[in-house]
Amino acid sequence: MMIGTDLNVILPELVLVAYSIVALMWAVYRGKDAETPMLIWLTALVMAGLGVWIGLEPEGTVTAFDGAFVNDGFARFSKVMILFSAAVVLLLSQEYLTRNKLLQFEFPILIALATVGMMMMVSAGDLMALYMGLELHSLSLYVIASFRRDSIKSTEAGLKYFVLGALASGILLYGMSLIYGYAGTTSFDGITAAVDEGGLSLGLLVGLVFLMAGLAFKFSAVPFHVWTPDVYEGSPTPVTAFFATAPKVAAMALFARTMFDAFGNSTGDWTQIVVLLSLLSMFLGAVAGIGQKNFKRLMAYSSISHMGFALMGLAAGNEQGVQAMLIYMAIYVTMNIGVFTFILNMERDGQAVTDIYSLNMYSRTEPLRAAALMVLLFSLAGVPPLVGFFGKFYVLRAAVDAGLVWLAVAGVIASVISAFYYLRIVYLMYFGETGEALDGTMPTVHWAALMATAFLMVAGIINLFGVETLAGAAAATLLK
Amino acid sequence: MENLLSIVTFLPLIAAIILALFLRGEDAAAQRAAKWLALFATTATFLISLAVYMQFDPANTGFQMVEEYAWIGGLTYKMGVDGISVLFVLLTTFLMPLVIGASWKVESRVKEYMITFLVLETLMIAVFCALDLILFYVVFEGGLIPMFLIIGIWGGKDRIYASFKFFLYTFLGSVLMLVAMIFMYMDAGTTDIPTLLHHEFSSTPISLLGFTIAGGAQTLMFLAFFASLAVKLPMWPVHTWLPDAHVQAPTAGSVVLAAILLKMGGYGFLRFSLPMFPVASELLSGFMLWLSVIAIIYTSLVAMMQDDMKKLIAYSSVAHMGFVTMGIFAFNQQGLDGAIFQMLSHGFISGALFLIVGVIYDRMHTREIDAYGGLVVRMPAYALVFMLFTMANVGLPGTSGFVGEFLTLVGIFQTNSTVAFFATTGVILSASYALWLYRRIVFGDLIKESLKSIKDMEAREKWIFAPLVVMTLLLGVYPALVLDLIGPSVTALLHDIEPVLAAARGTLATVAH
Repeated sequence: MMIGTDLNVILPELVLVAYSIVALMWAVYRGKDAETPMLIWLTALVMAGLGVWIGLEPEGTVTAFDGAFVNDGFARFSKVMILFSAAVVLLLSQEYLTRNKLLQFEFPILIALATVGMMMMVSAGDLMALYMGLELHSLSLYVIASFRRDSIKSTEAGLKYFVLGALASGILLYGMSLIYGYAGTTSFDGITAAVDEGGLSLGLLVGLVFLMAGLAFKFSAVPFHVWTPDVYEGSPTPVTAFFATAPKVAAMALFARTMFDAFGNSTGDWTQIVVLLSLLSMFLGAVAGIGQKNFKRLMAYSSISHMGFALMGLAAGNEQGVQAMLIYMAIYVTMNIGVFTFILNMERDGQAVTDIYSLNMYSRTEPLRAAALMVLLFSLAGVPPLVGFFGKFYVLRAAVDAGLVWLAVAGVIASVISAFYYLRIVYLMYFGETGEALDGTMPTVHWAALMATAFLMVAGIINLFGVETLAGAAAATLLK
Repeated sequence: MENLLSIVTFLPLIAAIILALFLRGEDAAAQRAAKWLALFATTATFLISLAVYMQFDPANTGFQMVEEYAWIGGLTYKMGVDGISVLFVLLTTFLMPLVIGASWKVESRVKEYMITFLVLETLMIAVFCALDLILFYVVFEGGLIPMFLIIGIWGGKDRIYASFKFFLYTFLGSVLMLVAMIFMYMDAGTTDIPTLLHHEFSSTPISLLGFTIAGGAQTLMFLAFFASLAVKLPMWPVHTWLPDAHVQAPTAGSVVLAAILLKMGGYGFLRFSLPMFPVASELLSGFMLWLSVIAIIYTSLVAMMQDDMKKLIAYSSVAHMGFVTMGIFAFNQQGLDGAIFQMLSHGFISGALFLIVGVIYDRMHTREIDAYGGLVVRMPAYALVFMLFTMANVGLPGTSGFVGEFLTLVGIFQTNSTVAFFATTGVILSASYALWLYRRIVFGDLIKESLKSIKDMEAREKWIFAPLVVMTLLLGVYPALVLDLIGPSVTALLHDIEPVLAAARGTLATVAH
């Protein structure tokens, strides 16, 4: 009976796992890649359906497997975000995969498995569950990073990601073993109890630092970011788009969950580290992005910088901060989907192009797409009145309220520096010199996604589509 | 009409959306349609804004025509005007049809051009109506995007450098203000400007990195606002973006920049710095006054040595804005009245001067002063208009320029006669650069071959200048039109901060003993 209740809690994850296995079997026995488009649509549909399902689940916190799996408002909010962004990115990738002859049935299945891992991550209530989720998601990602097997860069990206990821996992495991050694348990509740009882002993502190380092790798916070630009550049563009969205949300949510659930009573200790990570990420992302000419690399630095801002919310160490982080991530994901939809369609003579200088005077040939990209870029830069500004506003407010005024000041200065590289793309599109133009038409789905995300960036200023309230409720459940 | 201010604010935006969605094609007919629609929308906005003027009750010193709706994040969408802001709204709506009219000769990307200007108008009006701190910030900063595009797309040769400098310079200043605003929000628990006007922010000295900061949080916030407003105004020494931006911007862009966008800085000082941080204002008034004096003298001297007409007028703008900050930090009725008056009058005069440059630039495609001379021979009407606005820029009695400068000087003379003495030299200097410019361009013999066939202003251009001439002279001979409207609000503002200022002076005196 007990196991029945437990399984009931993880039903959405089970459904996705079962779907992946059935789909895999079916595809293997059919042995054809011809059905892949259908499989992509089906997988996206399943994921979106699960997203709706989870979104409609009743409020309240349920746990399974002795607290190793937690299904609360926070997990649901993150899962909906992960499922939807994964589904959208999957749909967008079909066209690109076809054009580049990468249409293999493994792709949607790997994405689905990675998504299961991410859902596990955000629901983890135990170090073991955390690790299982993390590895399931990482292993799938290593594979799809090198999905274009005949490209040296893609293979390199996958290998780099794998080696560094394995190193990070090692660090993570070492931290976890220290925590287990000193707390005597791997469950988050148990760790909290142990800290309550004996304080944050040196062993636990060292374990905590290692744990944070391992997790910081996953959402590429400086100084654990070195893999990001190479992997972003080398991976096929749909994979990069995927890296930039769902896994970032999952890793950030997992980080928040671990910190607040397991070490919620020693916020003073870990927020110092978060402050440092945040500060370094914001500045490195802003400064290093200036020299980038490759759009995908530029987006890698941009995402590093954005992770710094999201971390600023967590650095506040309170409910408001978590809410700010969730809002920030929701906005960040939307913007990135839009920008990557655009990058997916940058082509000349049938060859994918990622050089930003190929956008010279793009507005002449494609005024509407250029305008949409401009809106997204200004939003990424955090210029009001676009929605990207409100993401920054929430995290800055949380930071100021927590007494971190200096961090807020540093953050806004970093945002001015990073504005430069977003502006440069706008300048190239609108008043650069006429050069070799891009060609390539845009499939309707992509066009719709690009316009929709740009539209959201403008229309969202009215009420952020209610994300604020939802994120607030989600944050409240995390901090109980 | 309950939502009058919102209607005035968003009408241009609606026109912009209509243009963006429904106008197709690049042919002459489509271009003409875009121009007429923009002209129609801006004129309609102006006419509706006259209703704001009619409904406005000068005796009421509070905010009027207030609209309030809940927004995200505990913010509100709150609009309203008082004596200080109402005339800036009118200035904006008044100038925009003229700006559109002055852009009639634009040929590249006309539709986009009109859209950006219409969006910009919405943002500018909203700046002066916003009664929520963050709403103010959003529209204040939002104006950067259209202006960046205006300079970048339709600007001159070095437009890329100028547009980046403009954007990053003002953006950097403003984000610090954002942090200060968030701090105020956290401190007072609200972003409602009318409430914040009566909130007392802490002025207990605090110690930071070993330095004791007199005026405490107020000083820090004042400086954060200063970083943004001083760049926007602009004050010496952070004015260097302005000449670049002006020179590269198209004529209409320069007009909007000089006549309206700069005023946001002065408006910010009046709306935020002075009433919300009175202790810090008192503490730093000497600093502000001397920066103003340096701006007046230094930039006047720099203006004299320019060989580009637009640069000259840009530097002259900085000098005139020096009078504005000087008047504001005189802390008395004449000073504040004068500062507001000076901003409005400078809006008409500098706008007109940039249009005057535009008239000959359209014909000769150069702004070099040396390329002209003796224009009076072929362009008598032009010479007359130019003469009038040169005199207004100098501050000749009978023009609006005189009233603003005179009032600010009277105001400052009561509190700090040394500053007044030095600032007065600015009047002489402005006469020398403005008259010299006029002589070099208009008088002398018409010897340049290229100018022999230049044509005088056409009817369209005359019609653009007519309203500006009327306003400059009208305000020059009957300044009560403005002063009666702003007077009560300024009195109320001074009445609110006077005790705090006096107390702050008292504390400073005791500290000195």
